[in-house]
Amino acid sequence: MDKTQITGSEALLRTLIAEGVDTIFGYPGGQVIPLYDCLYDYSDRLKHVLVRHEQGATHAAQGYARVSGKTGVVLVTSGPGATNTITGIADAMMDSTPIVVISGQVPSPLLGSDAFQEIDVIGITQPITKWAYQIRKPEEIAWAVSRAFYIASTGRPGPVVIDFAKDAQTGTTDYLYEKVNHIRSYQPFPEMNQGSISAAASLINGAKKPFALVGQGVILSGAEKELLAFLEKADIPAASTALGLSAMPTGYRLNKGMLGMHGNVGPNRKTNDCDVLIAIGMRFDDRVTGNLQAYARQAKIIHFDIDLSEIGKNVTVDVPVLGDAKETLAAVTHLLKPASHTDWIDSFRTDEQEEYEKVIEKEIHPQGDRLQMGEVVRKVSDAANSDAVLVTDVGQNQMMGIRYFRYSRTRSVVTSGGLGTMGFGLPAAIGAKQGAPDRTVCLFTGDGGLQMTLQELGTIMQEKLNVKIIVLNNHYLGMVRQWQELFFDKRYSATTMENPDFVAIARAYGIRSRLATTRRELDEAIAEMFDSDDAYMLVADVETHGMVYPMVPAGAPITHIIMERERK
Amino acid sequence: MNTKQLYTVIIFSENTVGLLNQITIIFTRRQLNIETLSVSPSAIRGVHKFTITTFAERDMIDKVVKQIDKRVDILKAYYNTDEDLVHQEIALYKVSSELFMKMKGVEELIRKYNARVLEMNEDCLVLEKSGHYAETQALFEELSHSIGVLQFIRSGRIAITKSKVEPLSDMLSAIEKKINTK
Repeated sequence: MDKTQITGSEALLRTLIAEGVDTIFGYPGGQVIPLYDCLYDYSDRLKHVLVRHEQGATHAAQGYARVSGKTGVVLVTSGPGATNTITGIADAMMDSTPIVVISGQVPSPLLGSDAFQEIDVIGITQPITKWAYQIRKPEEIAWAVSRAFYIASTGRPGPVVIDFAKDAQTGTTDYLYEKVNHIRSYQPFPEMNQGSISAAASLINGAKKPFALVGQGVILSGAEKELLAFLEKADIPAASTALGLSAMPTGYRLNKGMLGMHGNVGPNRKTNDCDVLIAIGMRFDDRVTGNLQAYARQAKIIHFDIDLSEIGKNVTVDVPVLGDAKETLAAVTHLLKPASHTDWIDSFRTDEQEEYEKVIEKEIHPQGDRLQMGEVVRKVSDAANSDAVLVTDVGQNQMMGIRYFRYSRTRSVVTSGGLGTMGFGLPAAIGAKQGAPDRTVCLFTGDGGLQMTLQELGTIMQEKLNVKIIVLNNHYLGMVRQWQELFFDKRYSATTMENPDFVAIARAYGIRSRLATTRRELDEAIAEMFDSDDAYMLVADVETHGMVYPMVPAGAPITHIIMERERK
Repeated sequence: MNTKQLYTVIIFSENTVGLLNQITIIFTRRQLNIETLSVSPSAIRGVHKFTITTFAERDMIDKVVKQIDKRVDILKAYYNTDEDLVHQEIALYKVSSELFMKMKGVEELIRKYNARVLEMNEDCLVLEKSGHYAETQALFEELSHSIGVLQFIRSGRIAITKSKVEPLSDMLSAIEKKINTK
C-alpha cells in the first residue's frame, strides 16, 4: 500500500502491469512521447510491439485477446493515430472482443481548440465502444484504467477507449492502485433466474428433435466443458456460428458443423426441422438466420445469453435464459433427463452426404489442374495436425478457411465476423502469435485483404514472429466476384486485381516465401513452411473463378441453399 | 403491434460527461425522432434523470430501451405510455402588454387555462401555463388568434409514474445490499 508521487505516464504503466498486461501493440506520436519515454524504463515488464499502422495495432490486440482470453492493449497517439484505430474498435465491438485502446490527446487546456492533432476521440468512439473516457488529470488514472479493464473484460466483453491528455501524462500524482470490481450502474453478470432454467430444461426434456446453436458466448464464458456435458446428457446435435467454431472439436460426434450463409447444409436445414432450437451465446445475425420470416418457425426457441438486449432483438424467443453460459448451462444440465436421439442425429447424414458429393469432394479432391482454395486449406490443416490457430482475412479465403480447417481445441479461430473487416487477417495473426506463442498460427488471406494491411509484414520481420501466411491468390476480389457471377450477370465491376509479386515482397521483408501453382509445388511448400520456426508466406495461385458453396443468398430462407454452378 | 404511439422513456444515469450523446446515438440508429427531452438531477444525489418522448412501435421502443439500459453509466431505463404517468409540460407566452390590456375576457381566459402572469412591463407581458401538450397548445392558439404571441417556448415533458415508488430507489438499495454482503 505504498503511496508515492509519480508521473501520470508511470501511473498508467503501473496500472497496466497491475491489471496483468504484459504486451502492448502500439505506435508512438507527438502526444504520447512522455508515455513512450516512461515505457523505456518498463520495457522489461511491458513488451511493446511496434506495428506499422494503428489499425494493425487494434487487430493485433484483437487476435491476442481472442486466443488468450486476456484483454488486448493498444497505445497510439492523438488525431490520426486515434482515427486509424476506429476500424479495429468497431470490429471488437461487433465481435465482443475485450481490448483497451489508449490514445494520446492534446494537453487539456487546448481541448476544443482544434489544436494540432486534436480530434474528438470520445465523440467518435462512443457508438462503437462499451465505454470511452477522457483522462484529464493524473489523479484519475488508477481509477479510470482499472475501470476500463473491468468493463472491457466482464459480461459481454468489448472495446474501451481511454483518451489520455498529455498534461495528465506529465503531471504528478499520489498513486495507489485499487482494483475496480464493481460499478453500480453496470451489471455484467445478470443473475440466473430459476424459473427460466426449469422452463428451458422442461422444453428440452420434452423435445424429440432438439438442436443447439453454439456461439462465441460459450468460448467467452469458458463454458466449453459445460457445453459438452449439456449436449451429451440430452444427446443434442449442435452446430456453431463462425465465431463459435472450435468451442467443440471438429470430429466430435454431436458437432454437425457450421451455421449460416456458407455453413453446412445439415445445420441450416435442420434449423427449420428441429422442434426445440437452443441458441447459446449467439445473436441470430442475419448471416446465420437468412430471412427471419422463414427462420425456425416450427421450433420452440430457447436463448441463452448474457446480454439482455440480445434477447428478442432479431428472433422471438420462447424461453430466454439470461446469465453467464458457464453457470446457466450447468444449471440446465442438472435438470435434464438423460436422453437419446439417435434417429434424429443420424438424419444429418443424408445432408452431410449430399454436401460431400456436391461441394466438399470437388473442393478438396478436385479433378482439374488448378488449385482449389479448399484443398489448400485442408492440406495445411492436416500438416498442422488439426491443432493450429486459424486466422483469416475476410471473403472467400475466410469462408474456405473456417469451412475446411479442423480444430482440436478451443480458441482456435480468429476471424472478423460481425464487421467483416478486410485487412484484419495479417495483424490479427501477429496478435494471435503473441497471445499463444506455443501454438502454430496459420493465416489464410486473399490477394485483396493482404494488401489492405500488407505493411504489417514489417512487424513480423522486426518481432521475428513465426506466423504461417497462406495467400489464396485468385487475382480477384473473390467474394464480390462470386456475387457478381451469381447475382449480377457476371459483370465483374472493379473486382479484377493486378497483383505484385507477393513472393518478392515477402522476401524483401526477409520472410521465406514460395509460389505454388501445382499440387506438387503446394505439397513441397507446405512441407517447407512447417519445417522451420520462422515466418513463411505460401502464395497459392488458385482457381480464379473459385466459388464458396454452399451458399444461402442474402435475405433468402436458410433452407434455400445453392450447392453448385447451374449447368447451362 | 405495428402501430406507432407516444412513449415516455425515463432514464436514470450517473452524472457523467457525454451521456446524452450515448443515448441519442441509440435513437438515431433506429431512426427515432425525439419529440421532447428533459434532463435534470433526480431525487437521489448524483443521479440524473432523462425524460424523453418519442413516437415508436412497441417492439422498437422495447429494443431501444434495452440498448440504452445496457450502457455502462446508465442505472436504469424504462418506458411508459401516458396511462401510467402523470406528466406535465410548461409553456411561456410573451404578448404585447397593450393588446393584452385591451383584450376582451382576459380574466376568463386566465381562469380557464389556469395561467399566471410572471412578468409585466410597458411593452410586454409573460404568461406561464403548465399542463399537457394539448392544453398549452390551446392557449397558444387562442392568444395567437386574438392578440398574437410575440414569443413562445414550451419545455420538454417531465413525468412521474403513478406507482408508489421510483423503481430506481429499490434497485439502488438492492445493489448496495449486494455489495455490502460481499
